[in-house]
Amino acid sequence: MKTMGSLSLLLACLLCAAIAHASEADHVHASAAWIRVLPGSLPAGGYVTLRNDGDQPATLQGASSPAYTSVMLHQSSTDTGMGRMRMVGQLVVPAHGQVALAPGGYHFMLMGAGKPVQPGQSVQVTLHFADGSTLATDFQAKPANAL
Amino acid sequence: MKPLRLARLVLLLGVVLLLAACHRQDALPWRLTNVSGHMPDLAFQLTDDHGKPVTAEDYRGKVVLLYFGYTHCPDVCPLTLAHLHAVLQRVGAKADDARILFVSVDPARDTPAIMHAYVNAFDKRAIGLVGPPRAIEALSKRYRSAFTREPAQGNGQYEVSHSSAIYLFDRQGQARLLATPATSQDDLVHDLYLLLETGS
Repeated sequence: MKTMGSLSLLLACLLCAAIAHASEADHVHASAAWIRVLPGSLPAGGYVTLRNDGDQPATLQGASSPAYTSVMLHQSSTDTGMGRMRMVGQLVVPAHGQVALAPGGYHFMLMGAGKPVQPGQSVQVTLHFADGSTLATDFQAKPANAL
Repeated sequence: MKPLRLARLVLLLGVVLLLAACHRQDALPWRLTNVSGHMPDLAFQLTDDHGKPVTAEDYRGKVVLLYFGYTHCPDVCPLTLAHLHAVLQRVGAKADDARILFVSVDPARDTPAIMHAYVNAFDKRAIGLVGPPRAIEALSKRYRSAFTREPAQGNGQYEVSHSSAIYLFDRQGQARLLATPATSQDDLVHDLYLLLETGS
């Protein structure tokens, strides 16, 4: 009886610890990840849909890739008739919600490809979250005129 | 006898007015913003993506889609050009009489060679145009467009904010329609087809 009680307490504690230690990245699922490849050494746009199945919001703070020297989080806007781009420090994926990095809005700007990336290739991009957790995601390289 | 004559006259007048309305080009069912008569004809002296000096006269006889942008623009410019490519594909063989003129607002970085690789990655009917800052500014102002080079970031990279409008000119080089990146492909296909049909 006593052993049983201790055992369930131990299990409960382990479960609590597991939940407490589940990182932001553990709850985020990436889909539809792709890169629009432009000719030469021109910067490319990266897109992905992020779904958060956790009870807490997950905060994307940036990304990195072995294929590019720099990956930055940007946001485009054309609302005033002017096409503009601004750097974004972080992007929150709401609890039980999703955020799309999509053409004409939030996107990654990937610069300085070590070797030219060809359409059809798969490029790994690691997403960095505010709690230090990371999510490695395969981005599909697509031609410039992909929609 | 007299009332009948009057009725005939009124009817005749009505028919004449109706015919006149049908023959006015403004009466065409455009879906984009009609700017006919409100913007100047296409005129410029620039360099194309083969490094050849060109003027607007070189594109007379073609329907022109004019768009300002730059090659270091990874999101909005490629999206717009990809949309225009899709629109030309949907219009079909007739679209071979259309040209996308992509004018660089980044004279410091965009060379004819870079522009050539860039525009051809989108559509074979796209032409990249470059020129000295003064010529680009003049063309931009002519169509009440604007662009601003933003301050450089730490790595020396900089962005150029620019008007995102697409200007459509008829085969005579007259400004006819205005579209934005938010314009639907359906509306662009509809009006481009109509523009290619008229005056061919």
